Amino acid sequence: MTKERVAVVGVGQTHHQATRGDVSMAGLVREAAQRALADAAMTWSDIEAVVVGKAPDFFEGVMMPELYLADALGAVGKPLFRVHTAGSVGGSTALVATQLVEAGIHERVLTVAFEKQSESEAMWALSLPIPFQPPMHAGAGGYFAPHIRSYMRRAAAPDHIGILVALKDRGNALANPYAHLHDHEITFDSIKESLMLWDPIRYAETCPSSDGACAMVLGSEAVGDAAAAAGNAPAWVHGTAMRSEPTMSADRDPVLPQGGRDCALDVYRQAGITDPRRQVDCVEMYVPFSWFEPMWLENLGFAAPGDGWRMVEDGVTAMDGDLPVNMSGGVLCSNPIGASGMLRFAEVALQVRGKAGEHQVDGARIGVGHAYGGGSQFFAMWVVGAAKP
Amino acid sequence: MRDIAVVSFAQSDHVRRVDDRNEVEMIMPVVAEALSGAGMTMDDIGFTCSGSTDYLAGQAFSFVMTLDGVGPWPPIQESHVEMDGAWALYEAWVKLQLGEIDAALVYCYAKSSPGDLPMVLTRQLDPYVVGPLWPDAVSLAALQARALLDGGSVTEADMAEVAARSRSAALDNPHAHLRWDRPAALLLDEPYLVAPLRRHDCPPISDGVAAMVLAGDDVARAHAERPAWIRGIDHRIEPMALGVRDLTTSASTRRAADHAGAHDGTIEVAELHAPFTHQELILREALDLDDSVVVNPSGGPLAANPMMTAGLIRIGEVATRIHGGQHARGLAHATSGPCLQQNLVCVLEGDDR
Repeated sequence: MTKERVAVVGVGQTHHQATRGDVSMAGLVREAAQRALADAAMTWSDIEAVVVGKAPDFFEGVMMPELYLADALGAVGKPLFRVHTAGSVGGSTALVATQLVEAGIHERVLTVAFEKQSESEAMWALSLPIPFQPPMHAGAGGYFAPHIRSYMRRAAAPDHIGILVALKDRGNALANPYAHLHDHEITFDSIKESLMLWDPIRYAETCPSSDGACAMVLGSEAVGDAAAAAGNAPAWVHGTAMRSEPTMSADRDPVLPQGGRDCALDVYRQAGITDPRRQVDCVEMYVPFSWFEPMWLENLGFAAPGDGWRMVEDGVTAMDGDLPVNMSGGVLCSNPIGASGMLRFAEVALQVRGKAGEHQVDGARIGVGHAYGGGSQFFAMWVVGAAKP
Repeated sequence: MRDIAVVSFAQSDHVRRVDDRNEVEMIMPVVAEALSGAGMTMDDIGFTCSGSTDYLAGQAFSFVMTLDGVGPWPPIQESHVEMDGAWALYEAWVKLQLGEIDAALVYCYAKSSPGDLPMVLTRQLDPYVVGPLWPDAVSLAALQARALLDGGSVTEADMAEVAARSRSAALDNPHAHLRWDRPAALLLDEPYLVAPLRRHDCPPISDGVAAMVLAGDDVARAHAERPAWIRGIDHRIEPMALGVRDLTTSASTRRAADHAGAHDGTIEVAELHAPFTHQELILREALDLDDSVVVNPSGGPLAANPMMTAGLIRIGEVATRIHGGQHARGLAHATSGPCLQQNLVCVLEGDDR
């Protein structure tokens, strides 16, 4: 059977902040959803189904909050679906919504991902739960620091690579009005001198904890064509993929996970990409700690194993490089966890639509969005293009 | 749409409290039973989807550890919904529609026993204006029952009939948690638990798990003697706030049933996810089920009510009766949220109707 083509015809996001005390959870998701609807030149009644994603419900202290959000999301009388796949959830939520259109079940689907982390203490929610497991670390950084240390050793990467990534992403965020962090004073030395939180991860190489939401309107080929005819160029979905691997397996390599590599190969095959380094114009990848940029460059096939850090050092991933990465500032500058994956997907859609504003990559035609979650074990990716696949 | 069928279904024995096993240990034998029932291994599965909630597990990302129970190595295509397993089935059904995979595994689980379930469920309510009042799930259901009784179309005796029929049907269900054989007339002598609900009007609190294998077209025929084909499936939601919807009917169930084509043929059997007796009466009306329909032959959620799982079990119970040839066409229903807020309807058929 042939799949229906899918177009991204609307994108919206909130201004991300440490505390969005001015809005409720409903207000937060509506802010993003209404921007996406406005971008798509649609209203709530045009939407046939709503797909919601977020990370653990403990972050807000509401069990299955999409139930309470049903009317705020205009879902009354419609199907409302809730995805939760750990940190990759923003990406996988977009993919579940995409499939509803691909399968021909719906023509226009609203997908929304959010986190309002100020309602709780995300660091402890991300720590191993006492008393079920030994309290070996506090926060996700404690979990991932050994992976980064292992990467540095295996790749013989110099210490300053993480600083370069942080400097680039924080700089990119200055051109993104929605980003949480806008640090105009940041320098290589200020990052280097910032507090060492989880060696080798410094404070300034770490994502913030944000309140925020992201939304997209996905449409069928006819909906995409209509948007294009109305002068609102859509982003076309060229490929989608998800992979999961176990937490406890001696076979796993969390530094270069097979699930991530399989996911990338699958999505490139669908999109007809044989040489990602040359064929992809820009990438939004999930980098919550600076060092994950070189690690994912290798995992996603943009660099050979051990060479990812050289792309960073050579400036390839900078806004003016060959392969700009995290033009929006990425997770390092805005991290409402449940939405972070969808923000990656949405930002590359904006790029190929030519609507990324001050952080637009000139002539971007093909973009890759990537999200990961759990202990580097859940992966979601899509490839979007300016042209119909 | 592509023809997709339930080819096997397995569930645990549902009990008040499982102390000696964690969720992973509860799931592994049931997943193995579902796979072997389909004559498959994980290598035959193209997509896996699970349903559960962190609020019952008591830890964030609880499904992450549970996934290890299916052995996802080499890496698999997999997803998780913070919903009942019936919606995990829906995601798997959509994935199968794309024609890229031929078989999917669905599983779901919950242990309610570590907490105080009616109070845990208060955390599901609007966190700003309702949650702070801590209205428990039984009290909310009682409000709904009162509204229904006040409407005059049903009586407490009708509710007692549902209780008696369900618990006695469960005598034939080896997985059921609560079974007894007492005449409905005697039940009305019992005191109210939360008026107008008596204890028999309420579901048991159960720990339990379920798993299912779905397959498309010829793969389904090769792996089941009599596949239970999903002829239609749809789900709809209403606002949560009790004051803005009619609690005495279920508009979202009616709508889902219409979209699922429930009335395109005769419904012989229906498994309804009605945790409270009066909710079965509401659903019967919303689904236009007359007395010729066999309702909840398993005993339904009044006999075993593992959270996040009781919805998928409804689909599994109808599928099992189609597999076995007892019925040719049936309807399964799943619900979520307070007072039947969100509802899913799945229509299943055997080949030789």
